[in-house]
Amino acid sequence: MKKIWLISFIFVVTLAATLIALPYGIKFKIGNFSIDKKFDLKLGLDLAGGSQLTFEADLSNIPEEKRKTAVEGVRNVIEKRVNLFGVSEPTVQTSRFEGKERIIVELPGITDTQTAITLIGKTAQLQFFEIQDIPATQTASASSQLVATNLTGADLKSASVVFDSQTGKPAISIEFTDEGGKKFEEITGRNVGKTLPIILDDAIVSAPVVQERISGTSAQISGTFTIDEAKQLAIQLNAGALPVPVNLVKEKTIGPTLGEMSVKQSILAGIVGISMVLLFMILSYGKLGIIAGAGLLIFAVITLALYKLIPVTLTLPGIAGFMLSVGMAVDSNILIFERFKEEKGKRALADALEVSFGRAWDSIRDANIATIVTAFILANPLEWNFLHISGPVRGFAFTLMLGIFISLFTGIVVSRNLIRLLIRERREK
Amino acid sequence: MKYRWLYLLISGTLIIAGVISIIKWGFNVGIEFTGGIVAEYKFPDETQKVFRYPPKSEEEIEKIRTDFKELGATEVSFESVGPTIGPELVKKTIYAIAISAGLILLWIAYQFKSFKFGISAIIATIHDGLILLGAFSLLGHFFGAEIDFLFVTAILTIISFSVHDTIVVFDRIRERKKKFAVGGDFETLANESISETMVRSLNNSFTIIFMLIALILLGGESIKWFSVALLVGTVSGTYSSPFVAIPILVTWDELQKKLKK
Repeated sequence: MKKIWLISFIFVVTLAATLIALPYGIKFKIGNFSIDKKFDLKLGLDLAGGSQLTFEADLSNIPEEKRKTAVEGVRNVIEKRVNLFGVSEPTVQTSRFEGKERIIVELPGITDTQTAITLIGKTAQLQFFEIQDIPATQTASASSQLVATNLTGADLKSASVVFDSQTGKPAISIEFTDEGGKKFEEITGRNVGKTLPIILDDAIVSAPVVQERISGTSAQISGTFTIDEAKQLAIQLNAGALPVPVNLVKEKTIGPTLGEMSVKQSILAGIVGISMVLLFMILSYGKLGIIAGAGLLIFAVITLALYKLIPVTLTLPGIAGFMLSVGMAVDSNILIFERFKEEKGKRALADALEVSFGRAWDSIRDANIATIVTAFILANPLEWNFLHISGPVRGFAFTLMLGIFISLFTGIVVSRNLIRLLIRERREK
Repeated sequence: MKYRWLYLLISGTLIIAGVISIIKWGFNVGIEFTGGIVAEYKFPDETQKVFRYPPKSEEEIEKIRTDFKELGATEVSFESVGPTIGPELVKKTIYAIAISAGLILLWIAYQFKSFKFGISAIIATIHDGLILLGAFSLLGHFFGAEIDFLFVTAILTIISFSVHDTIVVFDRIRERKKKFAVGGDFETLANESISETMVRSLNNSFTIIFMLIALILLGGESIKWFSVALLVGTVSGTYSSPFVAIPILVTWDELQKKLKK
């Protein structure tokens, strides 16, 4: 009885996995219970196209104990900026290695890297200045100097792009927080008739002349922005300034056509590779080979379904990891079948089968654990900073590890029960 | 194990050839390690070209981009790596290799209740690593194969594959030892275990080699050399289990017995 349950279980798992793996999605209805869900494969940057940017935080002016919060701050601001920019499913990670703090930003689908770099990498420190007159002394004539006020980008509640009612040019409308509004009122109050320069990262963006004391919480910055610049600035002001400057140390952009080509090539290589393995197994092991083949197809379907469910972001090295795990999945079967050939002469068929599975299990377990150890170190799920924290190595290790776990299921449980079925039928005849 | 010296000669020659090539020609190292820019552009007349530059500042990079845009070229891929990234990658990779090799060594020593198993397996793995490095120095010199981030992945995979293969033979030795309890010449035991696992080992390698050849021929340019690295490693890994790991194990065992006497 137990075996029937097991076989039905395998059948149900395979059926469910097939439904998920096929690109049509699942649609069915039983009474009031209905499911309508489509599962998509998540593709990495190298397959879908996009940009990966690595910034290094410049912490030279920050004391040791405040560095951690500064980097956290950078990460949060970058995350906000990226989200406001409208990228779907971006990832922002930090990585620390020997005192270097890095922020890795992945932007799927974004190929206008230049815009992304300026948007993310600019400090965007906004500050209002006032001009103080220095009275003439004996040695120098009267002059004036720029003095920073206490009103900065941190006093903003929000910023948005507007068009100047007089010039029709893009401008930034800003809304102060209540406290910011008070500061603004005070500053404008003492500067009537004077210019009030607004400085963004060491450059004057606008220097309006204050006509009267301004109360209320809104104001407008009209500079000489293009519409794109205005949009970027609005995003940066909304997300806040970066607490420390960052420098771009690495960038990678994959155009959408290259990604598409890679997907096609990998699918073709995968199909050809798996077919060759199937053919080889059938030629070397006959009927057993067919069962191994069935097990392999179930393996492929379950793997694909899990990629969609977890979801695993599939990259080119990830595909290579998958293909390698196919090889290892087949290995479990080969180990068992070779054992079976030896044991067949010594005892009854069904016994020989059980013995082979039992004996081969030791090798399969020991060998696979060794592979899992390596895959685990490469995938670095605990985010140890002295190991690779992102990128292709991880994608590869992840699919390899997943592949090994699934292959243990399909190689041992699935093929074993399929063969049991086969042997029982033969006996009944 | 009769031909122990022959195996040593084969492995030795290959490794020495590789080392000579490494000393003479070094590696064709990718920008991930050296820093620099690799950009691929497609021009209006449908031709596609790859451009390489040394590391540049953000402004210079922006200039390159705008220059190509003015020519009407579209960006197929663009990668720029700062000069500080490389050393970090190398260090992280060495850590990863050391940690996984250490853990594997412990695991094997625990499973087979002796460090000599673990150490022979690791030496066989180092052998494969050296072969792979030597092969890529040669391939780099003659065919432009590059050592990049993916190559690092390949090395790590080969480590686990090689160990995987070796463990299967070890396992057979362990099983035979149990069966024939005491006595039995360790060398004969090892020989028999090798011949019993040979078909399995070859068949398994064939399936992996099939997959890899499919990837090399059809998988596209971006993972071609990665697949080649895995292929070289698979062949070497298959060879090293019976012909490197086991001879070392047997020799070790003999020495141990002699010392005891």
